Amino acid sequence: MREKRILNGDDIRRALTRIAHEVLERNRGSDGMVVLGIRSRGVDLAERLGALIRHVESAGSRVEVGALDISLYRDDLSRRPLRPEVGATRLPGNLSGRTVLLVDDVLFTGRTVRAALDAITDFGRPRSIQLAVLVDRGHRELPIRADYVGKNLPTSLAEEVVVRLTETDGADEVVLLTPEKVAQ
Amino acid sequence: MLLRGGRVIDPSQRLDAVASLLLSGGRVAWCSASGDPMPAGPHDVVEAAGLVVTPGFVDLHCHLREPGYEHKETIATGTRAAAAGGFTTVCAMANTRPVMDERSVVELVLRIARERGAVRVLPIGAVTRGLEGKALAAMAEMADAGVVAFSDDGQPVWDAVLMRHAMEYGLMFGLPIIDHCQDPALTKGATMHEGSVSARLGVRGWPAVGEDIMVARNIELSRLTGARVHIAHLSTAGGVEMVRRAKAEGLPVTAEVTPHHLTLTHERVLGCGHGLAGLTQGEACGSPEPYDTLARVAPPLRTIGDIEALMAGLNDGTIDCIATDHAPHALEDKLCEFDQAANGISCFETAFGSLMSLVHRGAIDLPLLIGKLTLAPAEILLGSGKQERPAGRSPLAPDGLGTLAVGAPADVVLLDPGAEWTVDPDKFLSKGKNSPLKGVRLKGRVVATYAGGVRVHG
Amino acid sequence: MTAIRPGSPPGPALATGGFRHHDVLDLDDFALDEIELVFHTADGMKDVLGRDIKKAPALRGKSVVTLFYEASTRTRMSFELAGKALSADVLNLTASASSVTKGESLVDTVKTIEAMGVDVIVIRHSSSGAPYLAARVVEPAVINAGDGWHAHPTQALLDMYTIRERFGSLDGLKIAIVGDILHSRVARSNVWGLAKVGAAVTLCGPPTLLPSQWGGVTDTNGHQDGLPPPRITFDLEDALDGADVVMALRLQQERQEGGLLPSLGEYIARYQITPERLGWAKPGALLMHPGPVNEGVELSSDVVRGVQSVIDRQVASGLAVRMALLYLIAGGPQ
Repeated sequence: MREKRILNGDDIRRALTRIAHEVLERNRGSDGMVVLGIRSRGVDLAERLGALIRHVESAGSRVEVGALDISLYRDDLSRRPLRPEVGATRLPGNLSGRTVLLVDDVLFTGRTVRAALDAITDFGRPRSIQLAVLVDRGHRELPIRADYVGKNLPTSLAEEVVVRLTETDGADEVVLLTPEKVAQ
Repeated sequence: MLLRGGRVIDPSQRLDAVASLLLSGGRVAWCSASGDPMPAGPHDVVEAAGLVVTPGFVDLHCHLREPGYEHKETIATGTRAAAAGGFTTVCAMANTRPVMDERSVVELVLRIARERGAVRVLPIGAVTRGLEGKALAAMAEMADAGVVAFSDDGQPVWDAVLMRHAMEYGLMFGLPIIDHCQDPALTKGATMHEGSVSARLGVRGWPAVGEDIMVARNIELSRLTGARVHIAHLSTAGGVEMVRRAKAEGLPVTAEVTPHHLTLTHERVLGCGHGLAGLTQGEACGSPEPYDTLARVAPPLRTIGDIEALMAGLNDGTIDCIATDHAPHALEDKLCEFDQAANGISCFETAFGSLMSLVHRGAIDLPLLIGKLTLAPAEILLGSGKQERPAGRSPLAPDGLGTLAVGAPADVVLLDPGAEWTVDPDKFLSKGKNSPLKGVRLKGRVVATYAGGVRVHG
Repeated sequence: MTAIRPGSPPGPALATGGFRHHDVLDLDDFALDEIELVFHTADGMKDVLGRDIKKAPALRGKSVVTLFYEASTRTRMSFELAGKALSADVLNLTASASSVTKGESLVDTVKTIEAMGVDVIVIRHSSSGAPYLAARVVEPAVINAGDGWHAHPTQALLDMYTIRERFGSLDGLKIAIVGDILHSRVARSNVWGLAKVGAAVTLCGPPTLLPSQWGGVTDTNGHQDGLPPPRITFDLEDALDGADVVMALRLQQERQEGGLLPSLGEYIARYQITPERLGWAKPGALLMHPGPVNEGVELSSDVVRGVQSVIDRQVASGLAVRMALLYLIAGGPQ
């Protein structure tokens, strides 16, 4: 595999800062907003977005952050060789009537987001759900699109997008892995 | 027919030499080891070079299941399986349906055996009517009909008074009483040896003492009555020691052991590959999971310590002979919950191969092993052993049984002690495929069997 | 690192070797990482159970049959609720053991269930080893919900999960199991499981209710044939001294009829867990019982409802643990 860096740490910080501003602009603030990260890297990104939103809205933003585990909502359980690990879902309270900003690292087929939407429905009835992703690599299999995108990255199906975050991987970067054969 | 140039082992003549053997008119006619000139031919020649030639094996203990349980085995299939295992004389236990507890059933078995049997069948009459342990069976009329012994095998004669009476009454005939030694209270609901494996698997165990108490009782009743007692399928170290002492005291007590109690331990219940004492599991395997019903047998497979004691007893003469306790069962008798499964192992066709593992690992000499399969059981049937004082015998047990002496029945086996093979119960001639040795690699096989000079196997 | 592979949806990678069992028959062949995976998964299930909508779609389209040859309300209910909370279809089948006299009935029954396309068979049977037979003859996953005296692996897992909930880890804890060990499938499975997680087990009861042999030998193929040898004592004070957990077992009333006990009174006098005797254990030690409790026999009524009792927690844990097992096992081996 040939590895090509798409975003470095600064790029990621700038992208998230931009998204934070867009979120606040579109929602006219952050009242009652829940930033909900999809396990596992979505959670780290949600924490950062939450902090950025609070930072921008210095006048006491009450935005809250949570974590969503979607493994019990996947549509491919019996097709996978490994049962996906079940993690804990951590919600800051009831979601009904609130704006949920769903956060994931990469938007690909859309199936993860579909599962997340199902999971959220089991926790209540939010006023609206918006989607923020760090990278949109295309190849959607469901009619799902992101409201906020850090980076649109056209890819081939043979390629892999790898997101590394300081919290889990020691450094921030997004790289594109291309098989040698395709690269030549 | 001339069996030429094999290693002839005949414990009755203390013979172990390369020799040729002439079978003629259903009898052994000549042996080159005698130095006498060979009777004039022409003779059909069978090359036996590289093979071991011995008397046909004599089995004091098997279940042929006919009449009544023909889905498990018939006399026709059972005797063919016996022939394939090298056995030319088999003693059939009485737990048929109807029970062999009167003359008519004995005669029925003998008639079927004459018509369809491949080898000599000697019937064993029941001790108690219907094997119910309540009243004596028709012992005298069965003795007249030719039974070689009496036994309620499958269960003990638990009532000591009734056993005493059976022994006393049996003094008229001098035939041995064979007892399956199992104390009913100590073994109630027991499905395997009581030990570490039964503790782990949570099943009711059969403690060794549940056997030993009955061995002791039978020895003491023999002392009281003077009757010949033969202990069936001895499996415990304690039992071996008691029989040893009884023999030292000159009591008319004999004992047998089965091939499986010499080669398998209670761990075998944990699945194939477990509990093999000196055997090697090949790739094929019946069930690798615990609760293997194929390892259910009564008395149960015991410990490695018991095997050592049994081998010592076999070597020092405490245990007279090896008997198969061939107990064929249908598939459904074993494909069920462990505590509901039938006891027993289909043994004829693996007996010699598994016993040869004892020879290969130096636990017993080949000539001694052959003696335990031929001369020793024959002496019990003929009442000709040293300790058989009040001996009688069945008219059906012929002179020369278990020997290759000139004039003896031409019951001969050709063995290849080094031939390796893998046990495949599906290929058994016995209807009973219930062998815990499926997939086990054995070294030593029966090449050909002659019964009364007729080739019945190979 | 999140590697997003073509055609494969994203999801956190498992740190362990995954769940490697096709069936759950006993804990003797469970590796430590598998036990931990069950616990970790059960944590997620506890989450689901804590919500308003106590249901997730993970096992939608899967079917689970509970096949019980012995009466049991709580275990069956626990499995049924666990299956339903994961959206599986759950069917309950009761077979009266008395009507089942021929062995092939179990084989026939599970083969019939298999032919109906069931994914998981949960079996409770009075014969030790019966679930092994079922697992041998059919393809669906088999979960042992208690077989004879042999094993009750889901009970042991929920017991351990309950202890872990309180102490965080089981490693090094002292566990006293008291009562009728000989006839207890709960004790056997706990002895295996607790040995794997590094707890120190002491078994305590009258000699007639303890197996005569433990441990055993290692055969020529390296298999150990017995249970891991625990510490055994007939003296309750000795057993409870310094214990972190006291687990009492149910005493079947028929034991005294079998001549194993002179009377219930003698058992109670020596082995009943009372508040005073519970004081022999560490302060704050957990009191457990697999249920149903014979109040006034194994436990005095006041300890059943005392602050140290986690008997109700065991029931709640049972649901989460059984959900975890159904989730990990449905859909075949991994």
